[in-house]
Amino acid sequence: MGTELLRSTAAELGAAIRAGETTSVAATEAYLDRVTEVDGEVRAFLHVDRETALEQARAVDARLAAGEDLGPLAGVPIAHKDVFTTTDMPTTAGSKILQDWRPPYDATVTARLRAAGLVILGKTNMDEFAMGSSTENSAYGASRNPWDLSRVPGGSSGGSSAAVAAYEAPLATGTDTGGSIRQPAAVCGLVGAKPTYGGSSRYGVIAFASSLDTPGPFARNVLDTALLHEAFSGHDPHDSTSVDAAVPPVVDAARRADVEGLRVGVVKELDAEGYQPGVLQRFHEAVELLEGLGAKVVEVSCPSFDTALAAYYLIAPSECSSNLARFDAMRYGLRVGDDGTRSAEEVMSLTRAEGFGPEVKRRIMLGTYALSSGYYDAYYGSAQQVRTLIKRDFDAAFGGVDVLVSPTTPTTAFSVGERASDPMAMYLADLCTIPTNLAGNAALSVPCGLAPEDGLPVGLQIMAPVLADDRTYRVGAAVEAALNSQRGSELLSGTAFAVH
Amino acid sequence: MSAITRDEVAHLARLSRLALHDDELDQLAAQLDVIISAVAKVQEVAQGDIPPSSHALPLTNVYRPDETHQGLGPDQALAGAPAVEDQRFRVPRILGEEA
Repeated sequence: MGTELLRSTAAELGAAIRAGETTSVAATEAYLDRVTEVDGEVRAFLHVDRETALEQARAVDARLAAGEDLGPLAGVPIAHKDVFTTTDMPTTAGSKILQDWRPPYDATVTARLRAAGLVILGKTNMDEFAMGSSTENSAYGASRNPWDLSRVPGGSSGGSSAAVAAYEAPLATGTDTGGSIRQPAAVCGLVGAKPTYGGSSRYGVIAFASSLDTPGPFARNVLDTALLHEAFSGHDPHDSTSVDAAVPPVVDAARRADVEGLRVGVVKELDAEGYQPGVLQRFHEAVELLEGLGAKVVEVSCPSFDTALAAYYLIAPSECSSNLARFDAMRYGLRVGDDGTRSAEEVMSLTRAEGFGPEVKRRIMLGTYALSSGYYDAYYGSAQQVRTLIKRDFDAAFGGVDVLVSPTTPTTAFSVGERASDPMAMYLADLCTIPTNLAGNAALSVPCGLAPEDGLPVGLQIMAPVLADDRTYRVGAAVEAALNSQRGSELLSGTAFAVH
Repeated sequence: MSAITRDEVAHLARLSRLALHDDELDQLAAQLDVIISAVAKVQEVAQGDIPPSSHALPLTNVYRPDETHQGLGPDQALAGAPAVEDQRFRVPRILGEEA
């Protein structure tokens, strides 16, 4: 029974719980047992509290038994990236500076999903303050890719992607600042979405770069991803950047799964030399598949995309240097060197030096440099102009096509340690995903096969205009259905961690 | 030519409130030099007539009704504090010896 529950999609599991064929407690127990069984190897979770999870599950079962209509995912377990505040569990953002911190409030995403009856299994590992593309920057050690434990699960939401890919959770949340949902989804063979910026609330999400951070969903298929997207999205008065507009009909689009007559643009600048050959091969096959399904495919040029990475690595660190100023050792978190002889400023400097890891320090320093007098116009100001050019490129492209496609990542999952000492090599992992964050539009990554040279998953990125998230799901679901029918099974059924 | 000197890195560390060791300063000077050289290409495309975008979406000021709400209680607000005294945050001295 436990295995059957793990194999079910979130939609099936929710339906079975609503129909009384199983309970949230049974589903939660099955997943908690799975975590106990495999997380020693995968290391997806930073915090799991069996009793708290089962208590939530019992409460949901009671609400359902009382006739409450909680929606399609009621009773389904979920894992939250450790950047979402939770009142009943610690929230660390993968950093030593917040070790054991228990927030006094829930993030809007957390609160909405609790209200919809989802059960929190625990908190997942991440690159410290969401800075990284491999989860190796976590102060609590790296997570591993369930396809190959010597590889990274992507980042910064790598704990969430590893948990879902290893069947330790049917659903997970993440945040995408430069690709931190799409890239880990791609390298773990999952579906992951970056909603339109402002479509999902940042309230209670520990900030990295406020003009880019976007909470979003992970799941093993497109429909589950859409159900989760819909469950936590929508206007939030607690977040001044939240968009006051209806949530795009992503679930309907995922069910529609048809691309007949849709105009698909292949971004020339993201289909380039230097990418792993197997990644490009699977990407081109996916484009042919879309054409075979009735889409009209054209090549489009977005020339400013070539400078997106540079602009991102000025804008994101600048915002991070400002946001992380709040970790000052005064009101919460770690305090080091307070021996009665030192000033607040000295304690602050010692605490931040001890509490932050190397990547966070690097980005704070880079941001402080980019924002400092004399350099501001040359670096930060120019980067903001590049952001305008990227938005113009997207606007021009979407004038002629409905969606844009590219590989999600230039390579499959790289080995643990391979890029750890070379920041620029690590930053290249986000090459294809960053333009979307700068422009704020919607994007989704869906698995499009395994690279022939290493047998690891490749992601297809589908980008749509602001608040047209539904288009990405429509295309993603069509690709997923066609590939599953070609393969005769879902992609994850081929992993070492598959549930048989 | 190096874009960023070790002294400059030490100055940035002071501005950032990071007490870095000498070896960290050396390492960061080299790494920041590489990163800054790589990101400097933004200057090639940016022209004076392109308006900067600070944000992906147009932002407008948001107001809420001026109503009282229940906030965090003192115990909740102080729960994560590194040091507490008399229901207040206890902090190291803020004024210098000469003040």
